[in-house]
Amino acid sequence: MIGFIRSLGRWGLGTLERLGRGHLFLMHTLAGLPGLFLRPALVIQQLFSVGVLSVLIVLISGLFVGMVLGLQGYNTLVDFGAEESLGVLVSLSLVRELGPVVTALLFAGRAGSALTAEVGLMKSTEQLSGMEMMAVDPVRRVIAPRFLAGFISMPLLAAMFSAIGVIGAFIVGHGLLGVDDGAFWSQMQTKTDWYGDVMNGVIKSIVFGFVVTWIALYEGYDATPTSEGVGRATTRTVVHSAFAILGLDFVLTALMFGDI
Amino acid sequence: MLQKKSTEILVGLFVALGIGALFMLAMKVSNLADFSDERGYQITAQFQNTGGLKVRSPVTMAGVRVGRVAAIELDPISYNAKVTINMHPQFDNIPADTSASIFTAGLLGEQYISLDAGADDFYLQDGDELMLTQSALVLEQVIGQFLYSVAEGN
Repeated sequence: MIGFIRSLGRWGLGTLERLGRGHLFLMHTLAGLPGLFLRPALVIQQLFSVGVLSVLIVLISGLFVGMVLGLQGYNTLVDFGAEESLGVLVSLSLVRELGPVVTALLFAGRAGSALTAEVGLMKSTEQLSGMEMMAVDPVRRVIAPRFLAGFISMPLLAAMFSAIGVIGAFIVGHGLLGVDDGAFWSQMQTKTDWYGDVMNGVIKSIVFGFVVTWIALYEGYDATPTSEGVGRATTRTVVHSAFAILGLDFVLTALMFGDI
Repeated sequence: MLQKKSTEILVGLFVALGIGALFMLAMKVSNLADFSDERGYQITAQFQNTGGLKVRSPVTMAGVRVGRVAAIELDPISYNAKVTINMHPQFDNIPADTSASIFTAGLLGEQYISLDAGADDFYLQDGDELMLTQSALVLEQVIGQFLYSVAEGN
């Protein structure tokens, strides 16, 4: 019994400690961001590995998600004779929810896990402590450019996802199912608000980009420096990112659309 | 060096693609495109009941959109709803005795203001008020009136 309480306490204290370390790490990273303006090449290199390499998976998933939305939406709407509203259904669900959320989940799986593994391996092969030895701050040199790159990439990727999804739905809705293209676009344009819908989606994707990159980098930086530890840290990145994305999505939706 | 250049080009392409997607969302998907032509003149109208009318609801004339609702307030003296309408500048020859009614698009659609042109020689100016208005149809009231008239008839 005592042992159980003792392990519970150790677990609780450990969680609190990790939480605190994570926030200190975030402060340290944010403090390192201004220095990057002097060395944009570092950020561009990371934008390539975080952003450019994620484009393909985001575009393909976006296209198929849009096409499925087109099919499913059509089948439901046609019962009510409202198949012209397909554009509205697709654009609102993509721009408000699916664009930011699914992109963030894909981003956590594609870029986040890679970041954790990379940083974790750097730590376990003592490259980070080597940098400290040379009086180079590893947080500024390694972490900050990756953080900024993730933060910039996420909204761009989410916008691509939504845009290609709308195109996919248009291909299915107009090309295969014969929804009138004029009604498709005009209904979409009247019902989708730039500030209320599109910008809120962009805000969501910025928040998700921030959180996912933070979690990924912290897990890598804090990983146990063994091959097993890096593997566990990578798994934790994906799991914790998914929790954070879905939880934050509810909070942000309630704040922006919920009128609570 | 060549390797570095191609990385930079790909990153540039990535950012351009992302901004292009945002631009498409703005122009093709959302209603940003008709934000720019909203610098028109404002007119007001008082309604006894605005029903489900909202700010940014469309204002049409013969089915063509001529403006948008800019504000809905309660008039403290008459206790009517005072609706401010933003009219497009190109529709500057609308007669001053035009009437306004609140209609519903379809059975369950959103509500909008429909203007019916009058025959006055003077045109509406900025700040004018529409004197002839017809309130929104509230379904409960209509049903109530119908039941009342049926009961009367018997």
